[in-house]
Amino acid sequence: MTTQAPVLEIRDLHVDFRLAGGPVHAVRGVSLTAHAGETLAVVGESGSGKSATMLAALRLNPEPPCAYPGGEVLLDGRDLLALPEKRLREVRGNDVAMVFQDPMTSLDPLQRVGNQVAEVLRTHRGASRAGARQEAVRALDEVGIPDPELRARQYPHELSGGLRQRVMIATALVGRPRVLIADEPTTALDVTVQRQILDLLAELRARHGMAVVLVTHDLGVVAETADRVVVMNAGRVVEHGTVAEVFETPRQQYTRDLLAATPRLEPTS
Amino acid sequence: MTVVRNRLALAALGVLALLVIAAVFSPLLAPDDPAKQQLLARLTPPAWEGGGSLAHPLGTDQLGRDVLSRVVYGSRVSLLVGIGAALLAGVVGAVCGLFAGFRGGWPDRILMRFADIQLAFPSLLLALAIVGFLGSGLWNVVLVLGFTGWVAYARVVRSEVLSLRTRDYVTQARATGVTDLTIMRRHLLPNVLPHLATIATLHIAAAIVAEASLSYLGLGVPKETVTWGSMLADGQLYLGTSWWVAVFPGLALMLTSLAINITGDALRDVADPKAYRR
Amino acid sequence: MTTADTSRRTTTRTTLLELDGLAREFTGPGTTRTIAVDDVTLTVEDGETLALVGESGSGKTTLTRLLLGLLDPTAGTVRFEGHDLARLSPAEMRALRAGMQVVLQDPYSSMNPRMKVTDIVAEPLVTHDVTYRGRRARARLRERVGELLESVGLPARLQDRYPHEFSGGQRQRVSIARALASSPRLVVLDEPTSALDVSVQSQVLDLLVELQRQHGLTYVFVSHNLAVVRQIADRVAVLRRGRVVECGETATVLGAPRHPYTRELLAAVPRPDAYRTRTRTGTGTGTGGGTTGV
Repeated sequence: MTTQAPVLEIRDLHVDFRLAGGPVHAVRGVSLTAHAGETLAVVGESGSGKSATMLAALRLNPEPPCAYPGGEVLLDGRDLLALPEKRLREVRGNDVAMVFQDPMTSLDPLQRVGNQVAEVLRTHRGASRAGARQEAVRALDEVGIPDPELRARQYPHELSGGLRQRVMIATALVGRPRVLIADEPTTALDVTVQRQILDLLAELRARHGMAVVLVTHDLGVVAETADRVVVMNAGRVVEHGTVAEVFETPRQQYTRDLLAATPRLEPTS
Repeated sequence: MTVVRNRLALAALGVLALLVIAAVFSPLLAPDDPAKQQLLARLTPPAWEGGGSLAHPLGTDQLGRDVLSRVVYGSRVSLLVGIGAALLAGVVGAVCGLFAGFRGGWPDRILMRFADIQLAFPSLLLALAIVGFLGSGLWNVVLVLGFTGWVAYARVVRSEVLSLRTRDYVTQARATGVTDLTIMRRHLLPNVLPHLATIATLHIAAAIVAEASLSYLGLGVPKETVTWGSMLADGQLYLGTSWWVAVFPGLALMLTSLAINITGDALRDVADPKAYRR
Repeated sequence: MTTADTSRRTTTRTTLLELDGLAREFTGPGTTRTIAVDDVTLTVEDGETLALVGESGSGKTTLTRLLLGLLDPTAGTVRFEGHDLARLSPAEMRALRAGMQVVLQDPYSSMNPRMKVTDIVAEPLVTHDVTYRGRRARARLRERVGELLESVGLPARLQDRYPHEFSGGQRQRVSIARALASSPRLVVLDEPTSALDVSVQSQVLDLLVELQRQHGLTYVFVSHNLAVVRQIADRVAVLRRGRVVECGETATVLGAPRHPYTRELLAAVPRPDAYRTRTRTGTGTGTGGGTTGV
């Protein structure tokens, strides 16, 4: 099933942050591919460059300190890094959408959640106010928010953490993106809620045939949801393969250490 | 951008240094006795104007007193009033704000209600009323301007403490058995100090101007003491004919207040220990 | 051994901390009431690790504040070393605090950013031992802080640094060093590793186990991560909506949970070997291969 061309391909990406104390090479030649209908997990600890890589995919790193000295981000073969800002805006939230770790800081506290979901349609599709609103309620319904008509009229602080993350996913999905990048989408959530959100992502991926790129530090989450894994360390991809390959026959010491450090419910056999 | 800011701050610091030197060494720097009247040399223009002389570089006033000497001596009052008022208001405001914010409950409610009531009065009017009651005099002016200024400090400290006291390190200190007073001194005060410094710079500038206003109205410092405010008051009558009598003290006042404000901004930028390292 | 003088009267040598019918209500705006902790009865034995497990809103944070005496209960008692905390004078309570310390979750907000590590770690020392106060005692104090830092695996010379110069894991070690400074018997660990990377987390957990062995410490370990709890705890108490729904030996509770909520919690934990048996909704078509059995 992965013989077709990838939707998203990152080729030899370099990301630098030019700070006062000297340049920091956050990403040093990362390559990866994401195919329609599959979940690619990007695993790494803090400072591994995983988030910088993902933000680079939409050129969302703040650009005075950040620079892209090399590499390509290809969406259907088109290099996003070479696009002018205006064209890039058409891609963001439309072809490629993102979900971040903290739904509280990524939602606007002063806007009703329905409006925030509708905003995507109004900017990208030029939908009418009423049409966008209706579509937003439908999107809230699709991500399993009970009573979506009522919820659409509420503000983010009136929702629980799990519901807020569902709103974020609705905002990401309403534009029918072909790639969904989820950066630690469940790290701030309780385990039982995490399970629900992961199930939701898997279900939506299957239904819409998106490519999901899931950034996480939790190998348990990877084992539960991903088809393929990329392990990052110090700005490089140190290992990649199917989940079974990487978990059962890790080639790198770093991957082995990471696997050994992961706490397990059952005593390791 | 930062270079420009730094240069500006440096210039401001220079002006302030000059002010302090002028205040401390007035007798050495002033060319003349500021109270000495020379009725024959009344309203002499500055040296570069026609009819001016180097004996009075900035000219003389309506009683023939040397303007430069008076501006130099006037800095003493300004500096004393500004720093004195800010110090008094800062100490009173910080103590009240710390207690109100950390303890909460009825002391907090009473204190903050009192602050609200005081804020409802225009502060200059309040100052006028108190000076009228206490009588004029340098120390009374300091007292009055300090008293009318404490509310700003108390409010900022209190709101800052309200957020600080829920920080983990304060919880940790409480769990360790550290007394409330020590927590305030060790964990709260150092973290509100930069905010205090910012308000203080604004307050010093405001107090200097307020003292000038009071003196201008004749309610500040007794007539014998030279202040920029009373010079302005004297000079306004002659603005049409002899501008220098009012303009030079006014300029001194403006430059001082500006320099203090710029220094305050710069202080706030460097106050954060994480902002610049190495 | 330092100053916590008379309160060091061990009652039965077995029970260190007793919570009896403990409850705490909060009154919100208007007359709304929330019962954060509801009739909790628990004991913590000397030298053991009891884990408090629960999700957000379970009352675990309120419970730790109650047992540390930072919050007054609306009903019930907390006994530490046989002393009812509610009956102690403020001075007695402060003295007692030398015996119970806490390590909090967030290694960034748990330290005063304006204090050097020396003074952060030394705070319990100078609070409970007057001989560590003042300029004369400075050399001795620095020496003690150095020892404490080394005991948690940090070089003694780092004490002249500020907190922001440390990584998350190093900061958590500093926090542990501070907690040990007054030679406590009980240490409450409030999600001490949940903000850390996995590799750092496992090092910190190993350190905690080692320190417990060396000093005969008793831990109350608050966590939402059952996999971590399995590694470190002797007993587990599962909290839900302010109540203990299940309490027992770790192996029993995690291996054969009786309460449905415990089962739900266990089922939700992502397992690193889940890829072998995955049949969940929408999980690709499975690339074949993977299920070689092993």
